[in-house]
Amino acid sequence: MKETHSAHSEEKCTSYTYGNNPLPTALGISILLLLSVFMPLASAQESPYIVTYDHYLEEPGNLEVEYFSTLGTQRGGDEFLAYWVELEYGAKAWWTTEFYLDGQTTFSDSTIFTGFRWENRIRPLEREHFINPVLYLEYEQINEADKIIKEVEGHDIEADHAVPNAIARQTLDHELEFKLLLSKMFKGWNVAVNPLADKNLSPSNPWEFGYAIGASRPLALKASAKSCNFCPENVIAGAELYGGLGDTQSFGLHETSHYLAPAVAWNLPSGWTLRLSPGFGLNDNSHRLLLRWGLSREFSGFGEMVGRLFGGHP
Amino acid sequence: MKPAARVHRVVVALSVSAFVAFGIYDAFAQRGDSEATEHDHLHHHHLAEFAKVPNQARIRHNPLETDRDAVAAGKKLFQQHCAECHGTTAEGGKKAPNLRAEEVQQATPGTLFWILTNGVVRRGMPVWSKLPEPERWQIVTFIKSLTPKTASPSGGQINSGPLATTHTGSQR
Repeated sequence: MKETHSAHSEEKCTSYTYGNNPLPTALGISILLLLSVFMPLASAQESPYIVTYDHYLEEPGNLEVEYFSTLGTQRGGDEFLAYWVELEYGAKAWWTTEFYLDGQTTFSDSTIFTGFRWENRIRPLEREHFINPVLYLEYEQINEADKIIKEVEGHDIEADHAVPNAIARQTLDHELEFKLLLSKMFKGWNVAVNPLADKNLSPSNPWEFGYAIGASRPLALKASAKSCNFCPENVIAGAELYGGLGDTQSFGLHETSHYLAPAVAWNLPSGWTLRLSPGFGLNDNSHRLLLRWGLSREFSGFGEMVGRLFGGHP
Repeated sequence: MKPAARVHRVVVALSVSAFVAFGIYDAFAQRGDSEATEHDHLHHHHLAEFAKVPNQARIRHNPLETDRDAVAAGKKLFQQHCAECHGTTAEGGKKAPNLRAEEVQQATPGTLFWILTNGVVRRGMPVWSKLPEPERWQIVTFIKSLTPKTASPSGGQINSGPLATTHTGSQR
């Protein structure tokens, strides 16, 4: 939710600046390397989605460390590279909790840390159903220079990201975001629909709405007998469609942005997952291109390790 | 203090409290039971799920029962997705029961497929419907190919030897 920018001192701006060594990148790579050395790996079967969620949660006790980048084109401003690290933990088989750190580099401008998010996904139903719902609740504390575009909501448009970092980062937003994650598997296809509602906690801001829809399928439905990197069952391909739906004061498609993004995930037997997704803006309010890629790895036994720190038996 | 800042502090305080409370609860929950009792509960709770399998699912035929690659492919998938909890020899672990137990080996392929698809979410087993249906049948074929072995009273891995029949492709 964008607010009107007010003039602030340059001294205040520096409190959110991490120079040219952005926290999410450094932290993400450090955690990935550290855990790769000390913790057992778990094999993942990750979907290719970057914005959409299906109904599958993290396996209990496992920690997944993910690093993502988005290269965005910008009319009326400088292109940018936004990045974030996700620490996703399976607290229970029915509850996944996730912590994000966001940052961005706007070319010819600066590199800054833009905030954090805490996300929770809860599966209310015990078994698989015709459509499987998951409840999603996220708290965000991000400044308005955040450009990861993890979701599009309300009247978010490309022009919001043309504001120079020195000005945009001065406005800090506290937001609560609710999503209903609906997902279904059918003959190897996953179809997921995520309506969302977002509230900036400033009283004057309206509720904002958005959507994400995804469909994906592995290239092969049967596993081959041998372990292989290039087996078709390791590759899941699909597409996402996401955008804003206005707010309580102006609901609809007027002044909103929308994207269509083919996406592919390559799940390697070594436990690494690579994702690639070029997203194309569907109207003049959208960035022309959002090129995203991600690298993730899942580690088993993280919960037990933390349990031992609290005094539980190994 | 501005309302937004107050809400922010409350949210952060609640988040930290929830994490700490969860960690302490989990640690004490782990201390509460002896390993043997814990394992017995685990075994019985999971096996109790068999009774919940609908008849229609129970009698489903395994379409890959005679597929000559299904055991090897199922073994590969098992090691990737299941061994972390059920153990590399499928004899169970602290989190999941012995799949060589008589009750499991006597269960119909349809029963195992249903459990794999729906998980035992409240007992910690995730749903595995994200694996395509043929891959789930490959895992079932592999599990049914294992040599039955009774669980040790204290649970855990009583025999860490190689999977006896996984290379033979023998199926029931």
